[in-house]
Amino acid sequence: MSKVKTLDEITAKFHDGQVMMIGGFMSAGTPETFIDAIIEKGITNLTVIANDTGFVDTGIGKLIVAKRISKLIATHVGTNKETGRQMNAGEIEYDLVPQGTLAERVRAAGAGLGGFLTPTGVGTIVEEGKQKITVDGKEYLLELPIRAEIALLHAWKADTSGNLVYRVASRNFNPLMALAADFVVVSAEEIVEVGELDPDIIATPGALVDMLVKGR
Amino acid sequence: MADIRDFIAKRAADFFEVGDLGNLGIGLPTLVANYLPPEKNVLLHSENGFIGIGPTPEEGKEDKDIVNAGGMPVTYVPGAMAFDSAFSFALARGGHVDVSVLGALEVDERGDLANWFVPGKLVPGMGGAMDLVVGAKKVIIAMEHTQRDGSPKILKKCKLPLTAVGVVNFIVTELGVMEVAKEGIVLRELAPGVTVEDIQAKTEATLIIPENVGVMNG
Repeated sequence: MSKVKTLDEITAKFHDGQVMMIGGFMSAGTPETFIDAIIEKGITNLTVIANDTGFVDTGIGKLIVAKRISKLIATHVGTNKETGRQMNAGEIEYDLVPQGTLAERVRAAGAGLGGFLTPTGVGTIVEEGKQKITVDGKEYLLELPIRAEIALLHAWKADTSGNLVYRVASRNFNPLMALAADFVVVSAEEIVEVGELDPDIIATPGALVDMLVKGR
Repeated sequence: MADIRDFIAKRAADFFEVGDLGNLGIGLPTLVANYLPPEKNVLLHSENGFIGIGPTPEEGKEDKDIVNAGGMPVTYVPGAMAFDSAFSFALARGGHVDVSVLGALEVDERGDLANWFVPGKLVPGMGGAMDLVVGAKKVIIAMEHTQRDGSPKILKKCKLPLTAVGVVNFIVTELGVMEVAKEGIVLRELAPGVTVEDIQAKTEATLIIPENVGVMNG
């Protein structure tokens, strides 16, 4: 069964106040097609879980500039001055998370785990409010899984059943987020028939994908 | 020395051994790549998701899917491999990166590192820095010895919010090479023309001076 839909059918799943995971790293592997659609449809008050906020004119940066994000969970926002301005002005709620911790929190949610222990952040402000657990004499922080209502992903190639192939640095959080949201939508640069993708290079199985469209 | 940043980067590159997997932070540490001899076969990890980061492409040859952790166009070398962010940080935290070279705002005699934010300024976020330094086998700080106003960056105790506790192994500056040992910061090498008094005057932590201090070759 083909999961290929129109952009309108996919964006009908977006709504105000939604908790969204958005793939990409400094805009590489970010589904620009969906970002533009959110802006065009006026969807706002979003909680966004993503690595970063790109640049002011690309990726998630565009959602920041258009003030569509009310809460941001990310690892790095230094390349987008507007994000920093909104944080300092108290216009946006935010939580900054070490990158390895964010990736693993997403992975844990997708893998059905109740959390994990990491040495990252011990002795820093990251440990505030977190449970510390000592294993074999070494201290770790208990970090909890993180899920979203919807994941907006980008792939290089897909087949019509939603099997996904990524390209170099555009892979990043995309395959992890595919496991950690209730609904998963994908923009793919090329969509081929089922059977045309080599099973050994498919990084995300179609079973995790709900809808896809050809897009940037 | 023509440029102190290159002098520092060249010395930091000497910490790499044949076949090492390395990670270079943004800014001065990125220059280290220019001084890694091909015969060492060092591959560089890019935390956004691949091993085998190469130089900046020629103008017009940029590829939107081949960027570094700062989102800037790069290339990849033969033998490169791509992966997702969880695997990337399994490499970082799991002790698979042999040498991590980073800059610092402050380092102290316990090996504590502060390099991610200054209160009151825009908060950039820690990105991958906290994970990289807790996991790398060797953490090398490559930086200019003092702040722009001349105040020390190598302290008895860091004052800024920490990146990690007790992680720094070596500090390379334009004045010398220091090792963070159990007993404190040991001066291992001095740059040509620099005296023990010179470097101590620009360092808040008390340097431990062993009998033999080498000459730093940039």
